[in-house]
Amino acid sequence: MRSSFPRALGGALAAVLLAAACGGSASSALPSSEPLQTSSAMPSTPTSPSASPSGSVTIYSGRSESLVGPLVDRFRAATGLDVKVKYAGTSELSATILEEGDASPADVFFAQDAGALGALAAEGRLAGLPNATLDRVDRRFRSPDGVWVGVSGRARVVAYDTRVLTEADLPTSILGYTDPIWKGRIGWAPTNGSFQAFVTAFRVLRGDEAAKAWLEGIQANEPKVYDGNDAILAAIAAGEVEVGFVNHYYLMRQLAEQGDTFPVRNQFLPNGDIGALVNVAGAGILTTAPNPSAAQAFIDYLLTAESQEYFAGETYEYPLVVGVPADPRLVPLAEIAAPDIDLSDLADLAGTLRLIQEAGVL
Amino acid sequence: MLGVESLRRGRPGRPPRDGGRGAPAVTAPGAPLPLLVACLLIAGLALLPVAYLMVRAVGADVAALDLVLRPRTFQVAASTVALALLVGGGTIVVGVPLAWLTTRTDLPGRRLWAVLVAVPLAIPSYVIGFAFIAAFGPRGALQGMLAPLGVERLPSIGGLFGATLVLVLAAYPYVLLSTRAALLQTDPAAEEAARLLGDRRLTVFRRVTLPILIPAIAAGGLLAVLYALADFGAVSLLQFDSFSRAIYVQYRASFDRALAAILALMLIALTLLVTWGEGRLRRRAGAYAGPVRASRRPATVVPLGRWRWPALAFCSTVVLLALAIPTGTIAWWLVRGVSQGAILRFAADGALNSFTVGAAAAIGSVVLVVPVALLVARYPSRLATIIERATFTGYALPGIVIALAVVFIATSSVPLLYQTLALLVIAYAVRFLPQAVGSVRTALVGVGPRLEEAGRTLGDGPVRAFLQLTLPLLRPALVAGGALVFLTTVKELPMALLLGPIGFDTLATEIWGAASEGFYARAAAPAAILVALSAGTVALLLRAEERPR
Repeated sequence: MRSSFPRALGGALAAVLLAAACGGSASSALPSSEPLQTSSAMPSTPTSPSASPSGSVTIYSGRSESLVGPLVDRFRAATGLDVKVKYAGTSELSATILEEGDASPADVFFAQDAGALGALAAEGRLAGLPNATLDRVDRRFRSPDGVWVGVSGRARVVAYDTRVLTEADLPTSILGYTDPIWKGRIGWAPTNGSFQAFVTAFRVLRGDEAAKAWLEGIQANEPKVYDGNDAILAAIAAGEVEVGFVNHYYLMRQLAEQGDTFPVRNQFLPNGDIGALVNVAGAGILTTAPNPSAAQAFIDYLLTAESQEYFAGETYEYPLVVGVPADPRLVPLAEIAAPDIDLSDLADLAGTLRLIQEAGVL
Repeated sequence: MLGVESLRRGRPGRPPRDGGRGAPAVTAPGAPLPLLVACLLIAGLALLPVAYLMVRAVGADVAALDLVLRPRTFQVAASTVALALLVGGGTIVVGVPLAWLTTRTDLPGRRLWAVLVAVPLAIPSYVIGFAFIAAFGPRGALQGMLAPLGVERLPSIGGLFGATLVLVLAAYPYVLLSTRAALLQTDPAAEEAARLLGDRRLTVFRRVTLPILIPAIAAGGLLAVLYALADFGAVSLLQFDSFSRAIYVQYRASFDRALAAILALMLIALTLLVTWGEGRLRRRAGAYAGPVRASRRPATVVPLGRWRWPALAFCSTVVLLALAIPTGTIAWWLVRGVSQGAILRFAADGALNSFTVGAAAAIGSVVLVVPVALLVARYPSRLATIIERATFTGYALPGIVIALAVVFIATSSVPLLYQTLALLVIAYAVRFLPQAVGSVRTALVGVGPRLEEAGRTLGDGPVRAFLQLTLPLLRPALVAGGALVFLTTVKELPMALLLGPIGFDTLATEIWGAASEGFYARAAAPAAILVALSAGTVALLLRAEERPR
């Protein structure tokens, strides 16, 4: 293999260079690869719709093994399927699926946020789900085109340092943080998917100008920039910042690991404030899925009461299937006066990124 | 042998050709065709990511280009250059004295220090970064200790200062190890002669030892700088805008592969500039490159006298910052998690997988590096330089870029290899090849072609003469290069995640899987195993290096 491999790659290099040199675009370089894949890579398994799924199913999970590994194990035991899971970051996996093209071995994409699912849907890579699956969750928490479904919910909150602040010190709207008294005290994660979903919601509800003005207002307060929610919580605990814009459940995990002395708490913004957006982690089936019926079985399994209770108890997220209660310490989903928004409106990430960049944040 | 007088001049005037090692080679001056073809293939493999990036960049829409080609991008470029320069300078300031102290002096506990100061090479920069925030943040552990003295908060350690500090601590071992190897390989005769001629110790170091070390320092510094360029973990934790972070932002925030590709190509341009600078430095110091070690005896030990205390303080500070604080943080995660009842999982699979893939990548790199180093050392030419530089192009790219390039190339041209261990190993071997080039090239220059020529006059073929006579002499350099590749591979994350076979956990993916969700206690066990595995490797490496040939 060692002797033939460099030659094959050398040939590929030549072909790619040639395509680039001839001014061939990415799209003209891609199709040339198709005959190769169909000949050797993945013989598509014909599936009869009624039979119970068999064989193997490949899941690309943007949610980590420590979160969903136990669920996958239960699914494997319940169905007897050969379940393979590739764990990595949600955006890395969505980029991988796009690079793989039609040769993707993945059946299901289980994403941390709706934005990544939207990016794949926009490229036509997600297949339609049956209504029976979609109808298990509220209309707010699924794709209007029916190509992905929300599995668990996460609320945007403001986390604060209990050593220097009480909830009474905090503004009741996310808009309040543009006040100069917050200068140098805010931590945020502008590259984070959940944050960007929030900015997109802002744009949808209040318009681009208002969203940009808010971003510029926060930027003027010299916020500290972090890579993710988790880093923000660590920074609050370390006293780098006093407040941070995060998802609700990161705090619950820190409390579980570090105990109640962890000096950070969440504030759920009241009155339908934009800052209280509820986003979802969700899943969809790829159009190129080698085993779509098994993929369907996995998504349905995520929406069983048992799995939904798992999310409530183990990841501290909100179950989305009606009738399954959330962690008692959380404000119930129904009581979060979340802004009235359709999550599928949050697909314009490129526009949001552009706005964030125009505001000089990134 | 190089004359002592010419060494004592300090700066090279006219570099004597061939280091005075006798007549030019008997063999034809042109490189043998099979060697050239092998090198071109290796360079082709290393350039594949560039080809991929060009394909992707062509797909960018023109309006989006405005976003990339705006003043902010040039600010990012400027801060990246600043970071690279500071990390380069910092790793030399830390690495060179440590190398000298642990090889040439009577530093108390010299062998132990030698291992301790090299181990941080294996600690992922994001672990060091995280530890620093926890320890030195405004309300970190240090503030907690100072609180009784009325210290409410400390200044923030983020930004350029924090990023430089963490990356210097993560990357100085590259300078340390290459300088150490050079100190052990060079003949102490010149230094001794200079001493006998009455030069003071410091003068000897500055005018004799340092010029000999420049190629090794430059080679190590190059790896450190490129490490800083590619790093994502530390810069993102410490909120510093480098190219690497800007590239991730494109993937993460807008799923835009075209803009990411354009930024990555700009980063490659910067990489070429850095390798060019290193090449210039190396050529200017060429007069002193790799004097043959004629004597088999060890260098005389320099007694430190009262200087041993500052020397010990220096070593302790480096070990405290680069090793004790990160490992202490890992231990603290473990203790805190266990006391709160967290469930720990033993990472036996991950450890075995990390070891396997690391060892295979190390062997692969060493196999690939021999022809490249041979071409550069024996048949220097413009083409040879280009081939050597080509192997560096991918080295400074963030792992995610290489991983996506390999995904695209493999699925479209060699689908059978996709998500196999073989592909992962080949990708690592090619990507980390530059870490082995420097040491092997230096060793080859030192060994010279005369032995082989002698073998050939006795009737050996060229390949046989090389394998039997030269290769054994390269062993220490091959071991050193392979060990570097091993250490870097075991801590690598994005390629392991995306290119590994499904279900293939390594220590790095286990740490990531737990820490990314805030389960630090679960991350602690694999992190501790990673550090232990690496410490063992470093100890073996140093033993192999000090063993007389």
